[in-house]
Amino acid sequence: MKDKIFRLFLFVAALLVLVLAAAIVYALVSRSSEAFQEYGILEFMTNAEWDPRSATEEYGALSFILGTLYTAFFALLLCIPFALSVALFNGVYFKEKKIAGVVRSVVDLLAGIPSIVYGLWGFYTVRPLVIDLGVNAQGFGIFLSSIVLAIMIIPYASSLSSEFLSMVPNNLKEGAYSLGATRFEVVQHVSMPMASSGIVASFILALGRALGETMAVTMLIGNTNRIPHGLRDTGNTMASVIANQFGEADGLKLSALIAIGLLLFIITAVINLIAKLVMKKLSHA
Amino acid sequence: MSQDKPISFTSRRAKDKTAYILVCIFSFLAMVPLFFILWDVVSKGYKNFNLRLFTEVTPSSVDALMARMNGDPIPGGILNGITGSLLIVGLAILISIPLGLSIGIYLSEHRGKRFAGTISYLTDLLQGMPSIVIGIIAYAWVVKPLGGYSALAGSVALAIMMLPMIVRSTEETMNMLPTSYKEAGLALGSSYTNVVFKILLPSGFGGIFTGILLAISRVMGETAPLMLTALGASVVNWKLMEPTSAIPLLIWDFYNDPNLVDLIWSSSLLLLIVIFLLNWVAKIVARKWKV
Repeated sequence: MKDKIFRLFLFVAALLVLVLAAAIVYALVSRSSEAFQEYGILEFMTNAEWDPRSATEEYGALSFILGTLYTAFFALLLCIPFALSVALFNGVYFKEKKIAGVVRSVVDLLAGIPSIVYGLWGFYTVRPLVIDLGVNAQGFGIFLSSIVLAIMIIPYASSLSSEFLSMVPNNLKEGAYSLGATRFEVVQHVSMPMASSGIVASFILALGRALGETMAVTMLIGNTNRIPHGLRDTGNTMASVIANQFGEADGLKLSALIAIGLLLFIITAVINLIAKLVMKKLSHA
Repeated sequence: MSQDKPISFTSRRAKDKTAYILVCIFSFLAMVPLFFILWDVVSKGYKNFNLRLFTEVTPSSVDALMARMNGDPIPGGILNGITGSLLIVGLAILISIPLGLSIGIYLSEHRGKRFAGTISYLTDLLQGMPSIVIGIIAYAWVVKPLGGYSALAGSVALAIMMLPMIVRSTEETMNMLPTSYKEAGLALGSSYTNVVFKILLPSGFGGIFTGILLAISRVMGETAPLMLTALGASVVNWKLMEPTSAIPLLIWDFYNDPNLVDLIWSSSLLLLIVIFLLNWVAKIVARKWKV
């Protein structure tokens, strides 16, 4: 009897995840419906106008969608050489060596630093450098946010990739070595192709992180409500506009902000799904 | 390696060396930011890192301005943030641990089954959710219905963030335990409840506890969801239904108020110390109670 109750309790707890997910979707959809009814989903997503002044009130998410995509993809691009190197360092070149443990610990600590501290560091230390580089006068913008974002997602991309690289069977590598391949050739023709799906999946997951990152970007992107023209420009991401304007929002504006939250949720969910499918392909191969 | 022309051995060696050196250089460069960030926080933060930080609440902007003009140290600390973080994170722990453990045990027990697979997928989905969206959720669930910002709303947000991490670590640890543990317990006539509480959970203690510590350290520094839920307060608050501050929320306030800028770095230093300490303890626990 006691066992039955306990098992039932475990089942209910697991069921709760389902309820939680459903309630999340319901909360986002119901609270954003006002904005979607006012403008229509497609219109809301393709309108770049964001004007909270009550006389000319109008809300569209396009500037923020583009701002999010610019920053996240540029950050991903910047992080690839570093994250891939760390993955190769830990998973291939110094696999199971002490130094790999040190590098892993350091990179793990990078993942532990809160977003807001990254924002402070970006504001006080990186921003002056960006100004010196002559990117723009204030330093704020897509460029600055992407640099800091890239550093933030290195641990996410590298730790999973190195795991997949280290799982490549030794006998395959030894086979290549015995044919006279150099270490780089083994990496190029054996390790990387074998682990490719896993590596791609981990970079997709890192992209998901970059898309949803809030505080650091809010502090660095400049918070302008229009489509950013190039990397030097300021802008706003979906997450940063919510963080910035949620506090004073009500009515239609609040609904529009939650609608942006819903879109962000959908984008990250799709990204995670893609990563999952890519990894599934790996386990079948 | 299907080139038509044979490539000279020297050029292959050179390529190999170059790749090796590049991997080392870029790996090194990837670690550099950590030291810059730590240096920034420590060198700027230690000046105001004193007892006052722990015993006094945040000064008003005017008081801070007066002190600045007189050249005095900033008059106040972040006691309201420390107590707020304890309250909000503490309640989030109380919510997420029992649920997370139960779900993790369920998933491990029913692995391979369809329902468990669905739950497992949804857990991943929750884990990938941006923290700001979780803030919106807690706002919609708690702040709106109860009519105001509160510590409880903040705890709900952080609990949603911790839950998938705890589920994952519990599930993975349980999967690593040999099935013979469970079978031996059941064969001795022990009930399933007893097997879970007397055998499985104690043997998996290391892995589960490590996961919990890492989850706590992850939400300790969360700012965005708290901005939408707990809001912040300038006094010490222990009531669940009142707006409450937290260390990261205070850092955000200080960042926006030029008069309070002196407190930014000492608060960040404290936050980093707590987070790194949790990570360090997690590492020790993982090593000591290895499954």
